[in-house]
Amino acid sequence: MPDVMQGVGNSGRFEQLVLPHLDAAYNLARWLVRNPQDAQDIVQESYLRAFKFFSGFQGGDSRAWLLKIVRNTSYTFLEKNKPASLADEFDEKIHATDTGPPDVESEMVRNVESRMLREALDALPLNFREILILRELEGMSYKEIAELVEVPMGTVMSSLARGRERLREILLHAREKEGSRDV
Amino acid sequence: MTSDPYAPLLHAYLDSELDLVRSLELEEHLKSCPDCAQELWTQQTLRHGLRSGNLYHHAPAGLEARIRAALPHENKVVEMPRRSFWNWAAVAAAIIIALILTWRMLPSYLGRSGTDILAQEVVASHIRSLQPGHLLDVESTDQHTVKPWFNGKIDFAPPVKDFSEEGFPLIGGRLDYIDHRPAAALVYQRNKHFINVFVWPESEVKDKPARTETAEGYNIAFWERGGMYFCAVSDLNTGELQQLVQLLER
Repeated sequence: MPDVMQGVGNSGRFEQLVLPHLDAAYNLARWLVRNPQDAQDIVQESYLRAFKFFSGFQGGDSRAWLLKIVRNTSYTFLEKNKPASLADEFDEKIHATDTGPPDVESEMVRNVESRMLREALDALPLNFREILILRELEGMSYKEIAELVEVPMGTVMSSLARGRERLREILLHAREKEGSRDV
Repeated sequence: MTSDPYAPLLHAYLDSELDLVRSLELEEHLKSCPDCAQELWTQQTLRHGLRSGNLYHHAPAGLEARIRAALPHENKVVEMPRRSFWNWAAVAAAIIIALILTWRMLPSYLGRSGTDILAQEVVASHIRSLQPGHLLDVESTDQHTVKPWFNGKIDFAPPVKDFSEEGFPLIGGRLDYIDHRPAAALVYQRNKHFINVFVWPESEVKDKPARTETAEGYNIAFWERGGMYFCAVSDLNTGELQQLVQLLER
């Protein structure tokens, strides 16, 4: 009887502390592996692992604790199934594009649609995309990101800078392509 | 732009991660550097686009349910149903015991003497009282708590005494029925044994000394005193039961 009661208490805590972060878990997995089916499988596996190791959770940020498990599970999945995703996949052709005068750029960036943004994000190298997602969509601080991704805060800062710049370049290139099609 | 030393700081500034001193320095720099100012504005626009672009992937419908179902079963055990199960088990056990006792008592009604039937009844009451939660209606070693408790519940006042010093502590009382009439049950304890002392009023005034009997493996003592009938039942051995009876008879 005591063991069951303990199980009930533990599950109650797990439900209270970890289950609410389901959206964050799915969002991260989805952006990392870029496939909704795979993301769901990864989230499910992550939750099972989280439950198994819940006794090791000493309190604190339960979202960060869960997302670390999701991240590890995602990377393991990518290593096994899509190793190419892990390499820097940035398209050199985009990099070489003349981005034009600054004010024209801003105008283009402002008018970009969600779909284009999504595609542009998907086209980013994995590590840039990951940090950008954690910053912009999860609202994590540099410190929280540094702890989750296990890099120095300086790296977080420079990754964000480079990631955003590259995102802008991808968007401008895509916008130009669309623009030329309309002509 | 990427070689600009201020570039990463712009991002930190944008993310509110730059300390006060550096922020002030940067703001000062922005006043005189149109390129950096433009870059900052562009980045703010991009950031705004990312946050309002409906890019957050919420968990699809059904995923939560699937995860709950996949989690180990302990997660599904809820306290309430489990407690109810044990309650029902206790109720069922009490019903079964009552049925067995009734069934066993039936032949005895068919040809036994009055006191034999009485013995059967008190034993049955005693056994019933040993079920979880059935022993005591009022729980106290204090006779001044137990005795007044019976007021209004029965129309007689049983003598209630605690014999803790003698090794037979009073642990409480209960309202019970013997032979269809209400009786007071005073519960004593000797080590691990419980002794029910049933008391009810008798019309005959004569005092009768205690006599002992055995029924169903239990020891019973009967006596009459002060217009009341006493009956002590227990699985306690005869010797110790008689000790208690002597204390009660005083």
